[in-house]
Amino acid sequence: MKWETVIGLEVHTQLATRSKIFSGSSTAFGAAPNTQASAVDIALPGVLPVLNKGAVECAIKFGLAIGATLNRVNIFDRKNYFYPDLPKGYQISQLAQPIVEGGALKIVVDGEEKTVRLTRAHMEEDAGKSLHEDFHGMTGIDLNRAGTPLLEIVSEPDMRSSAEAVAYAKALHTLVTWIGICDGNMMEGSFRVDANVSVRPVGQAEFGTRREIKNLNSFKFLQQAIDYEVRWQIETLEDGGRIEQATVLFDPDSGETRMMRSKEDAHDYRYFPDPDLLPVKLDDAWIARVQDELPELPAAMQARFVEAYGVSAYDAAVLTGSRALADYFEAAAQACGQGKLAANWVMGELSAALNRADLGIEQSPVSAAQLGALINRIHDGTLSGKLAKQVFEGLWEGTGEVDAIIEARGLKQMSDSGELEKIIDEVLAANPKSVEEFRAGKDKAFNALVGQVMRATKGRANPAQVNDLLKAKLG
Amino acid sequence: MSLSQDDVKRIARLARIEIDDAQAAATQGQLNTIFGLIAAMQAVDTTGVAPMAHAQELSQRLRDDVVSETDRRAAFQAVAPAVEDGLYLVPRVIE
Repeated sequence: MKWETVIGLEVHTQLATRSKIFSGSSTAFGAAPNTQASAVDIALPGVLPVLNKGAVECAIKFGLAIGATLNRVNIFDRKNYFYPDLPKGYQISQLAQPIVEGGALKIVVDGEEKTVRLTRAHMEEDAGKSLHEDFHGMTGIDLNRAGTPLLEIVSEPDMRSSAEAVAYAKALHTLVTWIGICDGNMMEGSFRVDANVSVRPVGQAEFGTRREIKNLNSFKFLQQAIDYEVRWQIETLEDGGRIEQATVLFDPDSGETRMMRSKEDAHDYRYFPDPDLLPVKLDDAWIARVQDELPELPAAMQARFVEAYGVSAYDAAVLTGSRALADYFEAAAQACGQGKLAANWVMGELSAALNRADLGIEQSPVSAAQLGALINRIHDGTLSGKLAKQVFEGLWEGTGEVDAIIEARGLKQMSDSGELEKIIDEVLAANPKSVEEFRAGKDKAFNALVGQVMRATKGRANPAQVNDLLKAKLG
Repeated sequence: MSLSQDDVKRIARLARIEIDDAQAAATQGQLNTIFGLIAAMQAVDTTGVAPMAHAQELSQRLRDDVVSETDRRAAFQAVAPAVEDGLYLVPRVIE
């Protein structure tokens, strides 16, 4: 039987606010345990939550960026469960009236564009952390993370493969970091993915029973966990078994998923509107102000790059992989007025060098202005592509500016045709065999001669000029 | 709607409240009285009335995103039953 995979993702993004969602505690990562946990965060009796305006604005930005409906009135609910890292005994979340509903995100897999619909995004608070090791049989609780604002972003079950799920998660990651509502640091848990996975026979309209893989903190684990889970579900069904609804965990060491809890002991969260918080009201003026603060979005910028700089749609997508990369490209392209060349250099030589050095674009030793200046010298014929790479190395090593490096290393392309003609004459005289072969109709011999001239000029000759002069002399 | 004694015991377990059969029976009666009141209210025609999320006709006041709290760990942990290395210690929650 042929099977079809159905995937929906729930992503918890930590919002990039300075303070927590309901208290004035810092959200900075890595502080000593419980030093950023206030009376509200540890749920001392008699305290009340006060909502952080910054967290609401992050949610508004996200809703605007995905073309969603922003609920003008949205409501906080209590989600009740007992766990020691949740001191109140409930998490403040949004159930029936979340701030964001609907919207969509475009993804590209194997060159094919696809739209993934979003169900909703709601604000909630994060829990603390439990440490199970080394406390003589006890569990240690750190409440620094308790109350950190989250936006939980829920997709429709629109993805049909692990590759599509990863493409969606990456597109979402790019978007939330692009609009500045999340730092995207997956190692620190700022972007955590839960995957709802089911399979069904191809052609069947109803979905199969799903299992939810919790807390995947890398794109690689997301892919591995889904692939394993899909194989396991198909094998179980083909062996005559049934899938029970369950929550599972992925173990990166074994590459397997294992059951955390079944539906029988699924939580009964007993949601109800939180009486400590009033409905949140958004007005048009506020939304318009937030809209004004939104940067140009990746999709719009891609279209503009194609239009303004003549780069391909694929290149535009690569160049808008992050806002820093897009800004770098645009600055370089504007510095030289050569969009396509700038794109080639940013995605080629520069990206390769950054990868080798394990640096991000933000840490590039070569500035966009320098790269633009380098491209100018290629465009005006001063440098060949080969010489330009040497200048690039000089820029990378910080030995000076473009023109100074060209001067210091004697890399200027020969523009004096008299000098070049003299060298060509010498090469022709030294290689009578190649000349003979060329005259006998062998094109390869011509290339060999070009190579000899380039060698004699130490690569400083303009290849096009060499071609022309050689043809004239042999013609 | 009326609750069975099993419903009462399940709710008690979810709320981590220990009750015996006699208490469950007594609670069942009280809760069913409350549900009776709710049933009476549900007879009211509320067509066209938006559900109310809060008893007050106000909207949520917002705080600016500013860090205003300082570290008061020592004071908070002075009354905690068990602490170590700045962590609160609780009975082990996983095997």
